[in-house]
Amino acid sequence: MKRRILFAGAALGLGLTLSGTAMAQDKTKACFVYVGPIGDGGWTYQHHQGLLAVQEAFGDKVETAYQENVPEGADAERVLTQMALSGCDIIFTTSFGYMDATNAVAAKFPDVKFEHATGYRRDHPNVATYNARFYEGRAVMGTIAGHMTKSNKIGYIGSFPIPEVIQGINSSFIHARKVNPDVTISVVWAYTWFDPAKEADAAKALIEQGVDVILSHTDSTAPLAELAKTPGTIGFGQASDMAAYKPSPRVSSIIDNWAPYYIKRVGAVIDGTWEQTDSWEGIASGEVEIGEITEAVPAGVKAEAEAMRDAIAAGTYHPFTGPLNKQDGTPWLAEGETASDGDLLGMSFYVEGIVGDIPK
Amino acid sequence: MFILEKRPTPSRFWTAATPVLAVILTMIAGGLMFAILGKDPVEAIRTIFWDPLFDPQFASYSRPQLLVKAGPLILIAIGLSLGFRAGIWNIGAEGQYIMGAIFGAAAGLAFYPSENRLIFPLMVVAGAFGGWVWAMIPAILRTRFRTNEILVSLLLVYVAQSLLASMALGALRSPEGGGFPGSRNLSQWPASANPELIAGTGMHWGVVAAFIAVIASYILLQRHILGFHIRLAGEAPRAARFAGVNPNRLVVLCMGISGALAGLAGLFEVTGPAGQISIDFNSGYGFTAIIVAFLGRLNPIGILLAGLLMALTYIGGELAQFMLGLPSAAIQAFQGMLLFFLLAVDMLGNYRIRLGFGRAA
Repeated sequence: MKRRILFAGAALGLGLTLSGTAMAQDKTKACFVYVGPIGDGGWTYQHHQGLLAVQEAFGDKVETAYQENVPEGADAERVLTQMALSGCDIIFTTSFGYMDATNAVAAKFPDVKFEHATGYRRDHPNVATYNARFYEGRAVMGTIAGHMTKSNKIGYIGSFPIPEVIQGINSSFIHARKVNPDVTISVVWAYTWFDPAKEADAAKALIEQGVDVILSHTDSTAPLAELAKTPGTIGFGQASDMAAYKPSPRVSSIIDNWAPYYIKRVGAVIDGTWEQTDSWEGIASGEVEIGEITEAVPAGVKAEAEAMRDAIAAGTYHPFTGPLNKQDGTPWLAEGETASDGDLLGMSFYVEGIVGDIPK
Repeated sequence: MFILEKRPTPSRFWTAATPVLAVILTMIAGGLMFAILGKDPVEAIRTIFWDPLFDPQFASYSRPQLLVKAGPLILIAIGLSLGFRAGIWNIGAEGQYIMGAIFGAAAGLAFYPSENRLIFPLMVVAGAFGGWVWAMIPAILRTRFRTNEILVSLLLVYVAQSLLASMALGALRSPEGGGFPGSRNLSQWPASANPELIAGTGMHWGVVAAFIAVIASYILLQRHILGFHIRLAGEAPRAARFAGVNPNRLVVLCMGISGALAGLAGLFEVTGPAGQISIDFNSGYGFTAIIVAFLGRLNPIGILLAGLLMALTYIGGELAQFMLGLPSAAIQAFQGMLLFFLLAVDMLGNYRIRLGFGRAA
């Protein structure tokens, strides 16, 4: 009986609501595409914080929408098209793998602004790219890692062997080696941005090799959860503060703070001043933040790490400053020379001292 | 009290009616779930099932996308259904789909940048071959060594995924990709592209192949002796043996056909909608097709409809996610309910429900 009533209700409702699709057109609509779930506690969570900040900053003037867990591939193009059709004025695509889809859909919707995170292709005037200088944060984490490791083995969970990730590995290693000449680094490639099971497996494999400090370039908290099970090992929050694992194993963190950029760009759409840009900000502008260094780190190390953070913020220190050689021993940067952005964006080699090959 | 009574023969009416009933039950239970999540259930259900088809804002784009999404599902599910009918369980279509894409893409890229018109047909053949080869491994292991094809075919999916990653990073990586993983874009190279055949319809060669597979499988099962053997082997294995059906031959044939069709689906996807071999090129079509095959009652026409319905829940589900802010997990749960209810109401085909009053049975 009940079922029949529900049925009738559903049928009736189906008919009634068909006409109710009119939307307020005066609001600016900002849409976000996420590669993982907003509850990943890392990368996607942090982008979603940016969305919330936009909503907070503009209140009634904007409407926000998002879609999580969008695979990087054919599905992304459909999601983007549907978003553009739904009236989004600006769409943030927050993973590297959306590059082709973003540019393809941007061609079809010239009036919609597209902002692609961590990419380099701006095929159309309505596509901008933005990224953060994560390698600056890695320099600080590398310094802590070099001091803290007792086995002199640090581990790194890489997602994909692309320049952005390789920058992080090199920066971590350079700064760990600087404070600890005996340190070695082992890299495990997970080939995913978000897969807690795979990330945990990678952490396990590294711990079994005797690694006691792990850095990761994947999106979940799984590596920290794995470290928490093994006394004497530490790691860092990645993309988000991951404060739940304080004071150890999470001894510090690199926080991506997208909120200022998102507010600026959505504001530009509202004002009609949006232009194509290629933004790459770091610690100085607050886009990359260093999370609290906990009491698990000795005061001297903490002070050294904070001094490095401040030097990078002040522009007096660049994490890639010569003399630096490439892995095969050929010179890369001369004494005092700093890496150009072009070099960094195309980085496809390890620096001298790292053992192992980048997958080819 | 309810009493279940086994039917002497499965009810024809319920066999056809249960998928419809399962969809309705899913709408009701899903609606309740959406209501608990604080969303208007009627609006959510409407966004999933109605808007992609009829909403003026989305329909012109979503309708063709339905075919794009349903094409590979139907193509793979048709192949699987033949084996499933005969009691041959190929669970590894996802792996065969990947191998089809790799073989096909490799065959084509070997001739880059030639513009020869024979390249695409060659890739199609190579794609089918790749899927077939991958399915032959569990098939031969079963006929020769009596291994379980469910396990072998499933585990080979993971082998195929690793191969895919290594291809995207190594042999098939685009030399012009600046060190990034992924092959050249096959949909932008005219010789290998699998474009929309009629603009605005979503119809590409993979969708055409899916329709042909539906018709061919219908004729095979209704009119051909092989179809009769398949049905006999599944419904009455002993009788099949007396009728001279060679079970090993049937395993090789059914696994081969399903592997080849999955390989074709992979090839059409990599040359069309996906465009390139990348590390996460496969998006679960091979597994979802198993649901489609059962939702369609292993019947070709049923599979056609089930594939379209499944595609609708994907596309409508995406719409509902960002239009209503539903979490993606809720959409996955909704799709899971569909299979759950289908299996649950399946009972009605084989059993009769009687009202009784606790008399001694």
